[in-house]
This record gives sequence, structure tokens and C-alpha cells, in this order.
Amino acid sequence: MNNRLIKWFKYASPQSFYPLAGRMIPWFWALAAVFGVIGLWISFFVAPTDAVQGEGYRIIFLHVPASWMSMFIYLVMAGWAGLGLALNTRLSGMMAQALAPTGALMAFISLWTGAFWGKPMWGTWWVWDARLTSELILFFLYIGFIALQAAIDDARRADKAGAILALVGVVNVPIIYFSVKWWNTLHQGASVSLMKSPSMAQTMLWGMLVMALCFWMYSIAVALMRVRAIILERETQTEWVRELPEVKS
Amino acid sequence: MNWGSPAEFFAMGGYGLYVWGSVIVCILIMVMEPIMASKRQKNILRALRRERIAEDLDRQ
Repeated sequence: MNNRLIKWFKYASPQSFYPLAGRMIPWFWALAAVFGVIGLWISFFVAPTDAVQGEGYRIIFLHVPASWMSMFIYLVMAGWAGLGLALNTRLSGMMAQALAPTGALMAFISLWTGAFWGKPMWGTWWVWDARLTSELILFFLYIGFIALQAAIDDARRADKAGAILALVGVVNVPIIYFSVKWWNTLHQGASVSLMKSPSMAQTMLWGMLVMALCFWMYSIAVALMRVRAIILERETQTEWVRELPEVKS
Repeated sequence: MNWGSPAEFFAMGGYGLYVWGSVIVCILIMVMEPIMASKRQKNILRALRRERIAEDLDRQ
């Protein structure tokens, strides 16, 4: 086995990941702050007023990054859960568990900002259309994952049950993404797509992308904070936890 | 620059309630979540420290 592979396996153990995560957290917070300041500056001071929606469209700078993250975090969470199920690695389940609350909050922000955007533009806080309903289901999937894991005392069994729920729920993510294409919906189509050039002003697009980077960095930072706590909670009985300087003192 | 005065900025062209209603909730969540995560870390560390002290006392 070559050296690089060994290194990867090394960081797959909670014991070596714990201090590594601790060293990474401040960097991700710093990046989140920098992108957040630049992103909000572009969003509120540089991006021009929208021709149709006036200043109300500025909700997009929170709504789209949060919606992207809510879907992406689910994919990453299901990926870790699946890895844990296949390889029976300890860290995978902890990662999935650490990501779920952040994903749920991102889905909540997406629904909340969506309602506050829908009210002035569509005249209603909520409609049961495909995009909104599938995002709500994503929110419930996160809640279900968290509740299921909390209901099972044995951590390894909780991981397995949660992993199956997470993997089955993955089918919902492409449904959310393509819902604006597959069904007639009140929700507008994708503003940014890999296939065609974006249908918006350059500065608006930049504001959105920088805000998305901020949300990325935030999610990584907060999930790493949570995974550190989870590692300690689950490895309470191990020697290395006992020997940690922050436990010894 | 889009705004002539702070009042104009806060009014958001009549969409103030909706824009700020979104921004405030978003910021609130993104401040609360890390606070709760660090609280969780502090709680488990406190429990571990206590356990260690109890073990040391047992041994004595």
C-alpha cells in the first residue's frame, strides 16, 4: 500500500481526525467571515435593483445558497452514511450525524426565505407546488434522520438505521432539483445552470456565488465543531480521550 | 451605490419586511447553531473531566 493511502486511512480514525478537525475549524470560520462580508457587500451595495422585482429580489442572495447547501449537505450526509454502511468505519456515522442538523437548518432557511420572497411576489407565503413541497420533504427527511438516530441508544445501530433512511431519501434530491422542469410550478426555473449561461446580471451572479461560498465554509466549520463533540461523546471510554490535554487539565 | 440614505436602505424599496425578515432569521440561525455546537463540546468535556477526577479519587 502506498503512503498516501495510509495517510487517508489514518485520518479516517476518530482519534486522528479529532485534532485535525480542531486545527481546521478556525480557517473555515475565517473564510466564512471573509466571503460573508464580501458577499453581503455585493448583495446589498453593488448588485443593481431588479427590473421586475425591485429591491425584493435581494432575498435571492440568502435563498439560493441555503437551498443549494440543503441539497448538497444531504448528498454528502448520505454519502458518509453509505460509506459507513459498506465499510463499517466509525468516523462515517459520526460525520453523517454531524451534518444532519446543519442540513436541516439550511432547508429551514430555504423554506423561510422562500416564504418571505413568495409573499410579496406571488401574493402567498406558501403553495403546494412541486419545488416547495419537495424541499419541505427534504426538511422532514433531515428531521426524521435526526429523530431516528436519537431514538436508538446503541450508536452503531443508530448509524445503520439512519444510513438506510438517508440513502432511501436521496431520491428526493434530484426531484427537488428538476421539479421546476418536470412540473408546472409557480417557482421560477434555475437561475444558474451548468448547461447554459446564467440568466442574470453579472454582479447579481457574483453576489450569489460568493454568498454560496460563505455558506459552504460556514457549513464545514459548524459540522466540524459538531463532529468533534460527537467523537468525544462516543469515544468516552477510550484511552486516547482520557489522555487528551483538555480532559486531563 | 443603490441607496441615497440609510432610511432608503432599510426601506428596501417597500420590501423591507420581507428582505429583513429573511436576513434576520438567517443570521439568527447562523449565530445560534455554532453557539449550540460549542456548548455541546463544552458539556462533554466537562463530563469527561469529572469522570477522570472521580477515577483518580477512586484509586486513592
